[in-house]
Amino acid sequence: MTVEHAPRGAALAEQGRLPSERVALVDLLDRLLAGGVVVSGDLVLSIADIDLVRISLRVLIMSVRENLGEP
Amino acid sequence: MTHVTDTGTYLYAVTQESPSPGPEGLRGVAGTAVRTIVDEGLVAYVSTVPLDEFGAEPLRRSMENLEWLGETAGAHHNVVEEVAEQRPTAPVRLVTVYRGDDQVRELLHERHDDFLDVLAHIAGRREWGVKAYIDLSVTEAAPAKSAGGPGTAYLKKRQAGLRSREEAWRQAAARAEELHVTLSSVAAASHRHRAQDPELSGRKEPMILNGAYLVDGDRDEVFLRAVEKLRGEGVDVELTGPWAPYSFTDLEVRGDG
Repeated sequence: MTVEHAPRGAALAEQGRLPSERVALVDLLDRLLAGGVVVSGDLVLSIADIDLVRISLRVLIMSVRENLGEP
Repeated sequence: MTHVTDTGTYLYAVTQESPSPGPEGLRGVAGTAVRTIVDEGLVAYVSTVPLDEFGAEPLRRSMENLEWLGETAGAHHNVVEEVAEQRPTAPVRLVTVYRGDDQVRELLHERHDDFLDVLAHIAGRREWGVKAYIDLSVTEAAPAKSAGGPGTAYLKKRQAGLRSREEAWRQAAARAEELHVTLSSVAAASHRHRAQDPELSGRKEPMILNGAYLVDGDRDEVFLRAVEKLRGEGVDVELTGPWAPYSFTDLEVRGDG
């Protein structure tokens, strides 16, 4: 991986705000779920009807809240 | 009855045929072996995946499992990185699964020229990510002085507060556009991703720019210097990358703007 962990994000992560690997995962998902070649059509088994970005955001936000000990 | 032996073909990336070494020993999602499918000078990097994990229904569930999502995204990214290190590479969106190799061959055949266009566009270039944050307490205008009775004073103060907040946001948006234009002028192409929620960015200050910039290999230094110059006046920037050109391989819209 050549992804640099954001220094300030990492510092906040140490304070228990967000683990630094999550910070990097958010940047990765920006690209993997909103970028890349998109192939639609009958060839793909796929999950084109699922809003991947929304799901991943929800999952990530839930995990952050768990991490902070919020209900 | 379930068909536990059913498999699909998971697609990671597409490149042009080259003499560089193949994917021997490379592992992809769920630990599967990466192999190639070649058609008319194009190479698809794929692996065979079990449909009880990568079929539409199981995916619907596992995409909500952060551990699975993290591992799968990491494995996908790793394959793309390995491939992109050697040659111009068009990454494919996460969890693109075909029924079989024939369907992938059909894709390479049907979109042959489009793939060549995309690969020519990104050759010799890398993607950088730039996230900018603004500290509104630095940029926010001071609230207006109050006049009149306490009630009026409160209302006026509140209105002024709202106005100055609105103004601060307007300025922040203009600032973001300015940063984006500056960076775009040094890049071959640019794309603005949706700004990340503060809960996800790990920062208290709002993110005003989540940009991706496709930069010529020999312009990296110029670009990175331009990024450094953006800091100041309440603005902080974070740089990520270099990335494989994820944000510039849309077959429909190539992202020149």
